[in-house]
Amino acid sequence: MTALPMRRAHVPFRLLAPVVVVGWLAAWFVNLPLANWAAYDLLGLERGSHVGDAVAFFLLDVPKVLLLLLGIMTVVSFLRSYFPPERMRAALAGRGTLPATVGAAAFGVVTPFCSCSAVPLFIGFVEAGIPLGVTFAFLISSPMVNEVALVLLWGLFGPGIALLYMAAGLTVAIVGGLVLGRLPLEKWIEPWVLAVRAGGGATSLDLRLSVEQRMRDAWASTKDLVRRVLLYVIIGIGIGAFIHGFVPTELVAQIGGRDNPFAVPIVVAIAIPLYSNAAGTIPIVEALLGKGLPLGTTLAFMMSIVAISLPEFVILRRVMSLRLIAVFASVVVAGILAVGFLFNALGL
Amino acid sequence: MKIVEVLGPGCNNCRRLEAVAREAVVIAGVEAEIRHVTDYQEILAHGVMSTPGLVIDGKVVSVGRIPSASDIAGWLTA
Repeated sequence: MTALPMRRAHVPFRLLAPVVVVGWLAAWFVNLPLANWAAYDLLGLERGSHVGDAVAFFLLDVPKVLLLLLGIMTVVSFLRSYFPPERMRAALAGRGTLPATVGAAAFGVVTPFCSCSAVPLFIGFVEAGIPLGVTFAFLISSPMVNEVALVLLWGLFGPGIALLYMAAGLTVAIVGGLVLGRLPLEKWIEPWVLAVRAGGGATSLDLRLSVEQRMRDAWASTKDLVRRVLLYVIIGIGIGAFIHGFVPTELVAQIGGRDNPFAVPIVVAIAIPLYSNAAGTIPIVEALLGKGLPLGTTLAFMMSIVAISLPEFVILRRVMSLRLIAVFASVVVAGILAVGFLFNALGL
Repeated sequence: MKIVEVLGPGCNNCRRLEAVAREAVVIAGVEAEIRHVTDYQEILAHGVMSTPGLVIDGKVVSVGRIPSASDIAGWLTA
């Protein structure tokens, strides 16, 4: 047990990396023909049949999502390690409201962050004199423009929808941050937070890690992520495959279509308990979009899955009153509904 | 006697770091006391904004990541 990490450290990283990249690319390109061959030739299912299409969807998406998660997430986690919260705080402190809010939303995309760090980060920001609205812009954009969601959207839906999602998420975070910044919310912060004096232990620390260390960290955290979400991914793809093969297009269009004004609020409500299962729900969304669910409804669904997190609200309760959490959540929900209705109205 | 403090509110990563730190103490063969600090004021007092943080004898050696047991063992014997 103890010998394993020591031995692994001696794997020649420079030699290993190209082998892994070539292997990943080969697997990526062989995935589609292999899935079709397995479904239609090996299992002998008929092309265009319900079962055939569902099985082909499942066999295509399971390796695809795993490849995306294992490969791209490792690279993304590696890049994100260069934008720690300490660096963000230094960059935002003392700036004007608008540039700081936009900056905080942008940092939300690249700064590695888990909801268990929400409280120390919140206090650290308050302590540095960063306005509340700026802090909220980060707290909205960080989970919403989440790396798992972006990578899977890019891989399964293409760059257009991924970038549109990112732009919409950033807009919600910036506008939400500006609105929350205008409200007198300071009185709803728990008093002990304002009294905290942070030490300089970590900021004065030389945290320059080597490229190899960052790569190893990225791989370890990706493996951990995949282990946690694997079951949900397979269930999600199973449901997606069923929808893809068996649910008629007319049904989706009738219930979730542009003409149903309740579709957007309904999907937002459905999404709230699905928190942190972005990896499992995106394949379902993929199948629904293929069946004609409008883009606005799709984006609103995705956003509320990742951005409205009950566990995070429970954690934030330590530093802010319920009222403040309610105001924060309402602004986020309003932003998501606006995105859904806007894109549906534009008929994209 | 080294004092090793794991800073974090008790999430998954903090518990994993604590386990790795215990392993590191065995590898390093030093006498050490491991404390798990969950109090936010104390975490912030070390200037740590991204958990889990690792503190050895009052000095922050790592934040926002789980270092390997051999890295921690290196810090313990340094």
